[in-house]
Amino acid sequence: MDVKKNPLSLQLNVDDFVPATADEKESLVVMRESVGFWKDGFRRFRKNKIAMAAFTVVMIIMVLAFIVPAFYPYAYEEQMKGSERLGIMEYSAKELQMMEAGESVFPHFLGTDQNGRDYTIRVLVGARVSMTVGIVASLLILIIGSVYGAVAGYFGGKTDMVMMRIVDVLYTIPDVLIIILLAQVLKFPLQNLAAVPGFGWITALGPNMVSMFLVFALLYWVGMARIVRGQIMVLKQNEYVTAAKALGATNGRIIKKHLITNCIGTLIVTTTLQIPSSIFTESFLSFLGLGVQAPMPSLGSLASNALNGLQTYPEKLFAPAFMIFIIILSFNLLGDGLRDAFDPKMKK
Amino acid sequence: MVKYIVKRILFGVLTAFVVATLTFFIMNLVPGGPFLSEKAVTPQAQAAMEAKYGLDKPLFVQYLTYMGDILHGDMGMSLKKRGFTVNDIIRNKFPVSARLGLLAVLVSVLIGVPLGSVAAYNRGKAVDNVIIVFSTAGIAIPTFLSSTLMMYFFSVKLKILPSLGLQTPASYIMPVLALSLYPASYIARLMRSSMLDVIGQDYMRTARAKGVSTFKSIFKHALRNAILPVVTYLGPLLAYLMTGSFIVEKIFTIPGLGSEFVAAIPSRDYPLIMGTTIFLACLIIMMNVLVDIAYAFIDPRIKLK
Repeated sequence: MDVKKNPLSLQLNVDDFVPATADEKESLVVMRESVGFWKDGFRRFRKNKIAMAAFTVVMIIMVLAFIVPAFYPYAYEEQMKGSERLGIMEYSAKELQMMEAGESVFPHFLGTDQNGRDYTIRVLVGARVSMTVGIVASLLILIIGSVYGAVAGYFGGKTDMVMMRIVDVLYTIPDVLIIILLAQVLKFPLQNLAAVPGFGWITALGPNMVSMFLVFALLYWVGMARIVRGQIMVLKQNEYVTAAKALGATNGRIIKKHLITNCIGTLIVTTTLQIPSSIFTESFLSFLGLGVQAPMPSLGSLASNALNGLQTYPEKLFAPAFMIFIIILSFNLLGDGLRDAFDPKMKK
Repeated sequence: MVKYIVKRILFGVLTAFVVATLTFFIMNLVPGGPFLSEKAVTPQAQAAMEAKYGLDKPLFVQYLTYMGDILHGDMGMSLKKRGFTVNDIIRNKFPVSARLGLLAVLVSVLIGVPLGSVAAYNRGKAVDNVIIVFSTAGIAIPTFLSSTLMMYFFSVKLKILPSLGLQTPASYIMPVLALSLYPASYIARLMRSSMLDVIGQDYMRTARAKGVSTFKSIFKHALRNAILPVVTYLGPLLAYLMTGSFIVEKIFTIPGLGSEFVAAIPSRDYPLIMGTTIFLACLIIMMNVLVDIAYAFIDPRIKLK
C-alpha cells in the first residue's frame, strides 16, 4: 500500500514508527559496561604484578597456617620422647626402627625442638598465631578508629576539638612502653576474668593474646581515626549529604550510609597496611617473652628460643625469621598494591 | 610564632602528665606487690616494708606524693636494687642507650637520605630498582631478626665482631646497624618519593635552564626541599630507637636503660618502672616538640596555628 506522499505534507512516515529489530537494538547498546568502583580497582590491582604475587604469597601462607595444621600428622604441643633436638630431616632411633619395620614415618622437615616437638608444625602454628593477632588487631583498630574519626569529622566544632586533642595525647604517648606495661599488667585480671562463667573463651585464646588485642584496641586506633576524620571532613561538604539531611536522615544514618561507604578505599588500604605493623609489634612482644603463652608458639617466641642454640641449630632461627620476613613483606606489598588500585590519591 | 611554641610546649607537658598518671594507675592495677615474691617474709616485716616505701597509704595519696616528688626531680628509690635511687640508675644507664640511639639516627640519615636521592635521580633505572627492593625488604625485618642474624654470621660464623657488651668501638657496629636498618630503609623510601616530587617542580627546571650545575641544583634546590618529610620523621624515629633498643640491648647484653626497663617489669620494681617510663616518655615528647618547632623554622611555608 504505497501511499503517494505530498512532499509538502506534514504527514509522518509510518515506517519510521515500526518497532526496532534485534539488530538495530544491538547497535544501540553501550559498547562497554560501566566500570564501578570495585571493578575499576580490581582491574588496576590485577595489572600490578608485584601486588598479585604478594597476594598469592599471602594466600599460600594462609593455607599453610590455617588449614595445613589440621591435617598435619604432628601436633604443635605433642612431645615425642626420644626425638629431642633433631636436625633437618633427621629421625630419632625409635623412628628409624619403625621405618626398618616397614612403617612409614612422617619426616621432621625442620627437625624438632628441645622438648621433642616437631618444628615444622610449630613454625606453621606460630605463623597462624602471628597472623591471627595481626588480622584481629587490625580489624579492632579499623572499627574503633573509623567510628571515632567519623564522629569527630562529621560533627566538627567543639566535639572535634575535644576528640582530636585526646587523639593527639594518645598519639604522642610512647606506645611500646605502654604496651609492654599493659601486656604485663593485664595478664592477671584476665586470668581472673577467665574463671568467670561466660568468659571461658579467654582461656581458649590465652590471656596474653587477649591482652595483646586490648592493647592494640586501646592505643593503635589513633592513626586510623586521623585518616578517617580527614576524609570525612572533605566528604561531608558533598551535595548528597545536604540532600540526605534535607530528606530528614539522622546523623547516624548519614555517617553509616554515605560517609563511611565513601571512604571504604582508604579503610581497606589502611587496614591492610596495619596488619604487618601489628605482626611486627606482636613478634616484638613475643620475643621479649610478653606475647602469647607457652606451649603456644609465636614466630617471635620461636626466634627468641632459638637464640640459645644458635651455634648448633641455626635453622631453628632461620625458619621463623624467614616466615616473619615473608609475611610482613607480602602484606606490605599487598597493601601498597591495594593503595595504588583503590586509592590513587593516597599514593605517596 | 611564640604563641605556637608556647602552645606546643604546654601540650607536651600535658601529654607527659597523662603518661605519668596512666603509668601510675596501670601499674597499680596488678594484684600482688613487689615484696610478695621474696620468701620467708613475715606479715609484720612486709607491713614494715610497705610503710617504709609508703605503699600502705591509699592509692590516691600515693599518687599525689609521687607526682609531688617527681616535680622536684626525685623519682624515689629502687625497690629491688637496694640503695640505688631511680635517678642514679637513669644517670648511669641512659648515656649508654643515648649514645647507641644517636649513632643509629646518624647512620640511618646518612644511609637513607643519599640512597633515596640517588634512587629518585635514577628513576626507573637499575639503581632505582635495587634500592627499592632493598628498602622494601629493610622495613620487613624486625630488629630482633636483623640483630640475631647479624650475630650469627659475624660473631658465630665469621668470628670477626664481638657479640656482647660495648667494650670496643667494634662492638658498636652490630647494635647500631641492627637499630638503623629499619629507619634507614624507611628514610630512603620517604626521601625517594619526596625527591621525585621536588624534581618535577618548576623551580628545578628554571634552575637547570639558568645553567645551574647538576651538583648545585641537587644540593641547593632539591635536597633542601625534599628533606622536610625526613625531618618530621626524626621525632618518631628517636622514639623508635629508644624502644627498639630494648631488643638490641637484650640480644647484645648492653647495660642500657632499655634492658633495665624490661627487667624491672616482671620484678614489679614500681619506682623504677615509673621512672624509666616517664623519663623515656618525656624524652620522646620533647623530641617531638623540638622537631615540630624546627620544622616551622626550616619550612617558612608552613603556617603555624
